[in-house]
Parts: sequence; C-alpha cells; structure tokens
Amino acid sequence: MAGSTLEIKNLHVSIEGKEILKGVDLTVKGGEFHAIMGPNGTGKSTLASAIMGHPKYEVTEGSILLDGEDVLEMEVDERARAGLFLAMQYPSEISGVTTSDFLRSAINARREEGDEIPLMKFIKGLDSDLDFLEIDKSMATRYLNEGFSGGEKKRNEILQLMQLKPEIAILDEIDSGLDIDALKVVSKGINKMRSEDFGCLIITHYQRLLNYITPDFVHVMMQGRVVKSGGPELAQRLEAEGYDWIKEELGIEDETVEQNA
Amino acid sequence: MTVDTKLPYDRSYIEQFSSERNEPVWMKELRLNALEKAELLELPKPDKTKIGKWNFTRFKHVATGGKIASLKELPSEIHDFFDEENLPENIVIQRNHTVAFQQLNKDLADKGVIFTDIFTALRDHEELVKRYFMKDAVSVDEHKLTALHAALMNGGVFVYVPKNVKIEEPLQSIFWQEDAEVALINHVLVVAEENSELTYVENYISNNQDEATVANIVTEVIAQDNARISFGAVDNFAAGTTTYVNRRGVGYRNATIDWALGQMNDGNTVSENVTHLIGDGAVSNANAVTVGRGQQTQNFTAKIVQFGKNTDGQILQRGVMKDSASSIFNAIGKIEHGASGANSEQTSRVLMLSEKSRGDANPILLIEEDDVTAGHAASVGRVDPMQLYYLMSRGITKEEAERLVIHGFLDPVVRQLPIAAVKKQLKQVIERKVN
Repeated sequence: MAGSTLEIKNLHVSIEGKEILKGVDLTVKGGEFHAIMGPNGTGKSTLASAIMGHPKYEVTEGSILLDGEDVLEMEVDERARAGLFLAMQYPSEISGVTTSDFLRSAINARREEGDEIPLMKFIKGLDSDLDFLEIDKSMATRYLNEGFSGGEKKRNEILQLMQLKPEIAILDEIDSGLDIDALKVVSKGINKMRSEDFGCLIITHYQRLLNYITPDFVHVMMQGRVVKSGGPELAQRLEAEGYDWIKEELGIEDETVEQNA
Repeated sequence: MTVDTKLPYDRSYIEQFSSERNEPVWMKELRLNALEKAELLELPKPDKTKIGKWNFTRFKHVATGGKIASLKELPSEIHDFFDEENLPENIVIQRNHTVAFQQLNKDLADKGVIFTDIFTALRDHEELVKRYFMKDAVSVDEHKLTALHAALMNGGVFVYVPKNVKIEEPLQSIFWQEDAEVALINHVLVVAEENSELTYVENYISNNQDEATVANIVTEVIAQDNARISFGAVDNFAAGTTTYVNRRGVGYRNATIDWALGQMNDGNTVSENVTHLIGDGAVSNANAVTVGRGQQTQNFTAKIVQFGKNTDGQILQRGVMKDSASSIFNAIGKIEHGASGANSEQTSRVLMLSEKSRGDANPILLIEEDDVTAGHAASVGRVDPMQLYYLMSRGITKEEAERLVIHGFLDPVVRQLPIAAVKKQLKQVIERKVN
C-alpha cells in the first residue's frame, strides 16, 4: 500500500462569521509533494488550520477525508493520530515542558499503552535527527519554543515532523523568516521524508523554497479557492512573471479574500 | 477584634511537659512567658484572608511514635521521599513527636556538624540553641501563633554547620504525622556559620482527611557571613490540618539563602516566607509552588527585606487553583534606606483550572532608597487554548496536554528542589492534586 490519501472537497471555512475559504478542492496522496502558492491574504494558512482543526476556524460546507475517514468529525489529537501533521507558522511556546519530554509524549500518544518507545531508542533517534538538522543538542532540554529564534522554531517543527513520521504533512510557510542556510537545512529535512508513504502539502508565497524542494504539483490560491494547478513549471513561471498573468487570465482584480464589512 | 478562645493548656501542663523532656530552665521560662503572651496577643492578619474563625488553638498535643530499625521498614508513602538505591546518609525521621530514625555521616559529625531533634539539641547543645532560638529571626511575641508555638513546641530539628564546613550531601528531615489527631508544633532551626554551605530538605506529611488538627511551624534559617544555604521543602498536610507555617531567613554579609518550597497542603494554610538580607551582598531566591483544590483557603506571603548594600532578592510564586480553592499570593520586596545598589524582583503567576476557584496575585514593592533596581510581574489566567491546540496537533490528548501545561507551569520552581527523589515526590503530589 502506498501511503494515505487526503481528499478536500468544496471546503468552505469561516472565521468569526467571515467566509475565508470558498470551495477548495484538493487531493494529496502518499508519495506526492504539493505546493500551494499565492499572494498574502488568499486563504492558504486558513486551509492549513482548517485541516488540522484550529478551534477558531469553522467549516461551513464541504468535506475533508483521510483514507475515507471523516476528518471533520475528529478532535485535533485524533486527526494527528490518524496521520496528519501541521508544521505551524507560529508555534506556541510551552513553558516548563522540554522539547524532549514533549516529543516523547507525542510519540507515545501514537503507541499503545505498555508499548511506549524505549528511552534509549528515543534518545538515539532524537540525537540523530538533531544532528541531521544541525540543531544544537541543548534544544532537547530547552522548554518547547520558549525563547527560540524564528529559525529555531522552524527547525523544531521539522524535527517534530521527522520524529513523528506522519502520513500527510502540511507545512505552513515553513520558509518564512529563514536565512538561506536555515532554508537549506529545513529543506533537507523535508526531502528526507520523501517516500511512497508520505504526502506533503507545502504552503508558501515565495518560490525560493521550491528551489530546494521539487513539488510534483503546484496550486495557486486566490480569493479563497484554488484557481490554477499545474506541475513544477507553474512555480517557475510564477517566479519569473509573478501572479499578474493569472489574475488577467481569470479576470481577477483583487486576489485577496474580500474585506468588505 | 479578639478571639475569645481560652487556651486548653495551662502553666502546670507546660511545666510538666518541659520537665519530662529535661529542658533547660531558660527554655521552660521562655515557654511559660510565651503562654502568657499567647493569651493576650491576636492572630496574625494575613493580607486579604480572614482567619479569625480558623482553629489554631484546640488540638491534642502529644503523641509518640515507635522507632524503626532501618529505612526499609517505612511505609511506601514515606519511601517516596528518597531513592531506594541511594538511601540518604543524613536523615531525621520524626514520627508524631518521637525520632523514629536518625543518622548523620560520621565525617560530618567529626567536623562538628549537628543534625538532631530539637529536644536532644536543647540538652546537648544548649548554648547554641539558646543563642538562636527565636532571637534573630522570629520573635515569640509577634502574634498569638508565634507565642503559642513557643509555649507548646512539640517537635523539630536543629541543624548546625560550623565555620568553613561545606556539606555536599543534603540533610533531610521527614516529619511524619502518623496520629491523625495530634498537632505538630514544629521548630526547625538551621544555623550556617561563616563560610559554610549546606542543603537541607524537609517533608511534612499527614493522613487526616476528616480529623481536625493543627500544624504550627516556625523555621529559622541563619546564614552567617559568606554562608550558603539551599532550603527545600514539600508540605503535604491532609485536608484536616489547619496550618500556620512561618519560614524565616536571616542573611549576613555575602550570604545566600535559597528557598524552594512545594506547598501542597490540602487544608487551610497561612504561609509566610520572609528573608532579611542584613549584610552587604546577601542574596535570596525565594521560590514557591502550590496547587489548591477542594474547598481550601490559603494565603502565601513571600517577602524579602533588604538592609544591606548590593543585596539581591528574587521572589517567584506559582500557583494552580482548581475546584473551589482560593489562594492569595503576596510577593513583597522591601528595600530599606541605605541599601544602595539593591535589586528586588517579584513574579507571581496563577493558573486557574475552574470557574469557582479564586487566585489573587499581589506583587508589592516598598522602596526607601533611590539607588536601586526593581521589577515585578503578576498574572492570573487560564490554560491557553492555543497551547492545547498545538500540543493536541501532535497527537497528545486534551487531558495529557493540560497535564503537560500545568506541570510545565510549575516546573520553574519544582526543578529547583535540591534532592532528586524529593523533586520526583513533589511531581507525584502535583499529579495527584491536579487530576
């Protein structure tokens, strides 16, 4: 079996009564890397948050299925245990909980009681991923995200991705605020995950991340919908020409979700 | 307002109690004198908590406890206080009002270190105890409870570290109230002479869920010039015990007194932790955590008074409140005139887990000198839903996520407890109280 399938159909999402997503259709399968691009304010991050179950976002129409199971019926933690992962744009700081203790709790949450990961095995795996991502070992004993720089937070999200090995990951602007060296390391971590059993949805508004991670599919979001899809060549063209040609092609004047009151 | 409660103990009772323990005459006099004051003085008035109706005066006064031959004979709840693989070398276990077990490393004894129960100390080290007992730190006549304490003291330990002696292994006391009805009026006196160092950790435990009794605890911690004292405690009196606990430190030149207090009583509690930094360059870090549950009302005052120049006083209080528990946290930094270069900081944070619980954090700065630095912070809040969302998005259940956030909230204080086994035991108590 080659991984899981995440199916999003006609998804409408509101926040505080305001509709942000207006009918998104998208399917991500194991082995596939999808990039969602688009200018700011077009609903990309809302899509990520809605898939994971952020408490402030309300799905008003449509469906999200993971291998046929209704994701919208699941609590946030159930979605994660079903195989979803969201690398967040703004990860919370959890004072008093070390990165290491948190990771062990998260790994054990996926395992049966009595079948917890052996401590030595956990430490070995963690050390090896820390090395791979060129993260100082001290991060394991620091409180989760507390006092982390922007770059450290992003690396930590990828560390979690590598440790938790989800079926489908959504990366929400994992490249924002990273310098070129950090961007390379983060990309290296994501590329290492590539396999038939792993599908990935990469949200970004810069093409530069895609210089290091080659997507199989590229989608452009505007006005709360996917307005154009294509292969890696679409990202190249966006890099060269920007978004205006798409707006012209589709007759869109303001690509953002309307701010009208 | 005076509370009309005639004390159930009189002069002849105290004379007899003191004589039976072969106490020196001055001690007997001190007790009798204190009894008179206890009749006259009023209860203390902790800020924002009314304790006028709390029972501090009616209790059974004495119970003995059997000796034990080795630490292995203790019940499991006491075993939690130490590491089975690495039994403490220096320990006093007080069972009700009797020493059940005690030992002190011979090397330390040879160096002149004293670690024994207060009654033995009154006989064998009379002059030392007399020099410090309720003199420089806590006074007999502060209020009704300090006077009552002196009159009826029925337990405690004396710790003395001579000049230049640095103790690496911690000294540990366990005050085990096995008798559900008996009061514990415990006096802990810790004296570190010049340039000495020690770590002392104490545990209080009782099991009286329904039987009502009293704990009246006075702890005096004296750090002479350049002495360093690390003081840890886990208080775990059951719901039936009404507690007054007063831990007071006095630090002289360049002395350090660090407190790490796990205040986990289930009954009503008034706690004062006051440190006087007398000498120039003296430092104190006063850290305390609590978890309030059930119907209990608690009042925690942490105060550092700075007299010396370039002194540093840091207060950190963290509390978790659930059910209908109510707690007041007062963190007071006081810098006296002349204490130039002093720094004073207070942080009080309260996490509320229920609608009915109440938490009140009051950081207070009282400054009588210009050339100082000071700061304070306070917050009372609920578990952040974004933190829960983040943790749950990694597959952690809501209950476990809340547990992580709560333990994390208390960790900055818990991690400072000096003995690993006691730290672990405190975590267990926290676990029990929050779930």
